[in-house]
Amino acid sequence: MLAYILRRIFQSLIVLLAVGFVAFAMFSFVGDPVDNMLGQERTQADIERLREQLGLDQPFIVQYWRFLEQAAQGNFGLSYRQGRPVSEIIAERLPATVELALVSGFLAFIGGVGLGVFTAIRRHGLLPSFIMTASLVGVSLPTFLIGILLIYIFSVELGWLPSFGRGEVVDLGGWTTGFLTASGLKALILPAITLGLYQMTLIMRLVRTEMLEVLRMDYIRFARARGLTEKTINFRHALKNTLVPVITITGLQLGSIIAFAIITETVFQWPGVGLLFINAVQFVDIPVMAAYLMMISVMFVGINLIVDVLYFAIDPRLRIERSVGGH
Amino acid sequence: MVQPVLSIKSLVVEIPTRKGVLRPVDQVSYDIFPGEILGIVGESGAGKSMTGNAVIGLLERPARIVSGNVLLSGNPIHNLSASEFRKIRGKKIGMIFQDPLTSLNPLLTVGEQLVETIIEHLAVSKKEAQERAIAALEEVGIPAARERIGSYPHEFSGGMRQRVVIALALCAEPDFVIADEPTTALDVSVQAQIIALLKRLCRERGVGVMLVTHDMGVIAEAADRVAVMYAGRLAELGAVRDVLTAPKHPYTYGLMGSTPLASRGLKRLKQIPGSMPRLGALPEGCAFSPRCDFAQEVCKTGSSPFIADEDAQAACWFPLQHTKLRSSK
Ligand SMILES: Nc1ncnc2c1ncn2[C@@H]1O[C@H](COP(=O)(O)OP(=O)(O)O)[C@@H](O)[C@H]1O
Ligand code: SF4
Ligand SMILES: [Mg+2]
Repeated sequence: MLAYILRRIFQSLIVLLAVGFVAFAMFSFVGDPVDNMLGQERTQADIERLREQLGLDQPFIVQYWRFLEQAAQGNFGLSYRQGRPVSEIIAERLPATVELALVSGFLAFIGGVGLGVFTAIRRHGLLPSFIMTASLVGVSLPTFLIGILLIYIFSVELGWLPSFGRGEVVDLGGWTTGFLTASGLKALILPAITLGLYQMTLIMRLVRTEMLEVLRMDYIRFARARGLTEKTINFRHALKNTLVPVITITGLQLGSIIAFAIITETVFQWPGVGLLFINAVQFVDIPVMAAYLMMISVMFVGINLIVDVLYFAIDPRLRIERSVGGH
Repeated sequence: MVQPVLSIKSLVVEIPTRKGVLRPVDQVSYDIFPGEILGIVGESGAGKSMTGNAVIGLLERPARIVSGNVLLSGNPIHNLSASEFRKIRGKKIGMIFQDPLTSLNPLLTVGEQLVETIIEHLAVSKKEAQERAIAALEEVGIPAARERIGSYPHEFSGGMRQRVVIALALCAEPDFVIADEPTTALDVSVQAQIIALLKRLCRERGVGVMLVTHDMGVIAEAADRVAVMYAGRLAELGAVRDVLTAPKHPYTYGLMGSTPLASRGLKRLKQIPGSMPRLGALPEGCAFSPRCDFAQEVCKTGSSPFIADEDAQAACWFPLQHTKLRSSK
């Protein structure tokens, strides 16, 4: 098992190096930062000084290494637009995105597994058919449309929930949370649903397919032949086997939830890193873009790794075979 | 007279399809007594598994019992509700499946699967159930049962897993067990061990066993009586010794590739020509007539031949008469 995890970590590092290269390349190929940072009135001396300060006079490979070194420490330089350290800006914005992603991921998982199991057990009937049809709509509607629709119904027409922003937040030593105030929680609802709906329908359809597959297995027939109750068969025997593959996919979905957050955050003017990134793109704020890219890939790779380990924890077959093969 | 533990009377199972109604089990009748192994043989698709599934109430839709009776120790069970039937399964009727690799839940230890079954059917504490689970594993010959109880199915070999399956089928002490091809998926070397185990448990506990197989060798080894199925019907029924040495039905005779008649210069029937007809395209009269060397006009017309039961042992217009053949030699 240790060998396996080490191998996975090595693979992850390769991925991060590649992404790091793309992020770094943006600096060199997308305009000249010196142009952006200095105003119209500049002297050649100013330019030289800034180039030296930014390390732009060094050879390519040295610059790349230095970039990686800095990036590993979370240092992406100054934002072209705000003139503040990028790490500081991201740290401010991150809690909003993480809270939004966690809540919608949680909703998506609970809702997806619940509805998936329900539609798998009750294969016939009006309600399951309705849910299946509705889920098709959920998969095909674009996120921004769902967001706008929800805003129209619950903010404009009914006036129940806010249409933008995070509401009041409480600062817990550098981490701002919306969980502790009523307005913060209310503000979370619509964006979380918007962001989680797509994932929920995906998870639901996956759980349903997987569960139907599992219910056809011999060990389910054998469980029936042993006279176990339907409840035991569905929730003890079938669900556990269903969740093994579902957990992998769901874990990976958390990564895409954070990536997808760009759209939701834009629609709801949610002050997270997604909105930060969109604004950065508008202003060609390369350090912010690069930092965002690196952060997202670290997150993806990290989640991947965690999911692999979780997989081990759940499935005894892997646990044994790997640990035997490992030493 | 001893009461049969299982009694099937004129059982008919039908599957409605778009092209018409199929009868995978047609007018099947037999009894199984306590401590007896009844072998069910026949080619693949003959309706052996379908009969077993009907008995244990696990027919998959759209297949259903349309007529006939299934009596368990004298009580009808074919008309029980789903929840009543569930309580019988495992407790009164056990079932052993073909493939031990897929019959066990890979994510639960063998102990967990045994304990859940025992607790479902017997009024015992969890601790008591654990002890019984260990005893059940010991009884089927799992070495170091107390240590192995926490193992997952994949940690056992195929033969050992089938022993676990047998322990699971018997742990709530049923009176009757259906074993559907219990050795087909196993290595030849362990097949005999599993058969011997089944035989021993059957004798020791007085359990009635319905042993489904397509292997005449298994029948010869284990069964007391044998029922031969062909295209959903019973072709022949009798004591194993009689059926093996003097088959009355031409199909049984062909199935064994046996030789009692060869000495008479008759064509040696090693392999039956052709294949079993599909259920949707059964010939009129005797379903075996297109492949039968002894077929006459009467076989192909009119009502089907006699149903084999305890009285008439072969469903054939012209049952083979070995004694006559032998004596005229
Ligand atoms: N859902 C179904 N639709 C149509 N025919 C079926 C269906 N299920 C089983 N059968 C038919 O029922 C017959 C009996 O099958 P089975 O009892 O499994 O045979 P076996 O003797 O090999 O165990 C076979 O001919 C099979 O083709
Ligand atoms: S009834 Fe006729 S066709 Fe059928 S097995 Fe007997 S002899 Fe052959
Ligand atoms: Mg079968």
